[in-house]
Amino acid sequence: MVLLTRKIEFAASHLYHNPNLSAAENRRIFGKCNNPHGHGHNYTLEVTVEGEPDPVTGMVLDLKALKEILEREIMQRMDHRHLNYEVAELAGKIPTCENIATVIWQLLEPKITQGRLHRVRLYESPDLFADCYRDGANGAVKS
Amino acid sequence: MSDALKIALGRRYRFSASHRLHSSRLSEEENYRVFGKCNNPHGHGHNYVVEVSVSGDVDPSTGMIANLADLDAFVERQVLEEFDHKSLNEDVPAFLDKVPTTENLCIEVYRRLKSFPHAKLERIRVQETGNNSFEYVGDNLEGDRS
Repeated sequence: MVLLTRKIEFAASHLYHNPNLSAAENRRIFGKCNNPHGHGHNYTLEVTVEGEPDPVTGMVLDLKALKEILEREIMQRMDHRHLNYEVAELAGKIPTCENIATVIWQLLEPKITQGRLHRVRLYESPDLFADCYRDGANGAVKS
Repeated sequence: MSDALKIALGRRYRFSASHRLHSSRLSEEENYRVFGKCNNPHGHGHNYVVEVSVSGDVDPSTGMIANLADLDAFVERQVLEEFDHKSLNEDVPAFLDKVPTTENLCIEVYRRLKSFPHAKLERIRVQETGNNSFEYVGDNLEGDRS
């Protein structure tokens, strides 16, 4: 099996706020991420697809096809958007790295029909990221 | 396609420390042959990057596996306070009789963080320089590591 990873970047704003909690609890749990006017990040998304190279093309999947899927499903939905208010799949969820990575997995998994989605890694900053993968696959990516 | 999904949170931390690769079980010549310039008696240092991955259920009320403030405080107390700006050979008890290679450092960091109470420790990756890094997954090696 070969793993193929494509990286994209998008910029978006968000804030962490749970309406079921008091203002004081929101501040205690979410800290400065609870600022009511939000803040933003340059997100980096790494999408890893697993599969066997096609004997004719030598490809696990056509990178152009993957690029188009990422453009349509992720960039158009999330780039230069407010994740709390403009991304339907995140409505009612706190837009943490964990939740955004899970939504991205759910959006991409049915669209990737050559090979199979192996891992989604979403960086909110170089020092913070979330991985989403099948239980048992251990998130391992050969680098 | 209905496999259960796993979500892991990854966080990077940094510390700077010195070390010397030297085994008391080898002769001077053998130490130099095995460890080369890393055997220099006065040691040398690195800016280490430690990547900590924890997994668990995402709490629907917070959207989080674990609160970053809790993870940061735990790593600070268990690892960074005792490793940063220290000599690994002389200041960290585990390395008094163990060569402080980055392999062993990975295992020691894993051992110190395994008891994190709010999520399951999945993996420790330690980068010694921009060109080499090491990973330890403890007994989490079920399934396909590809």
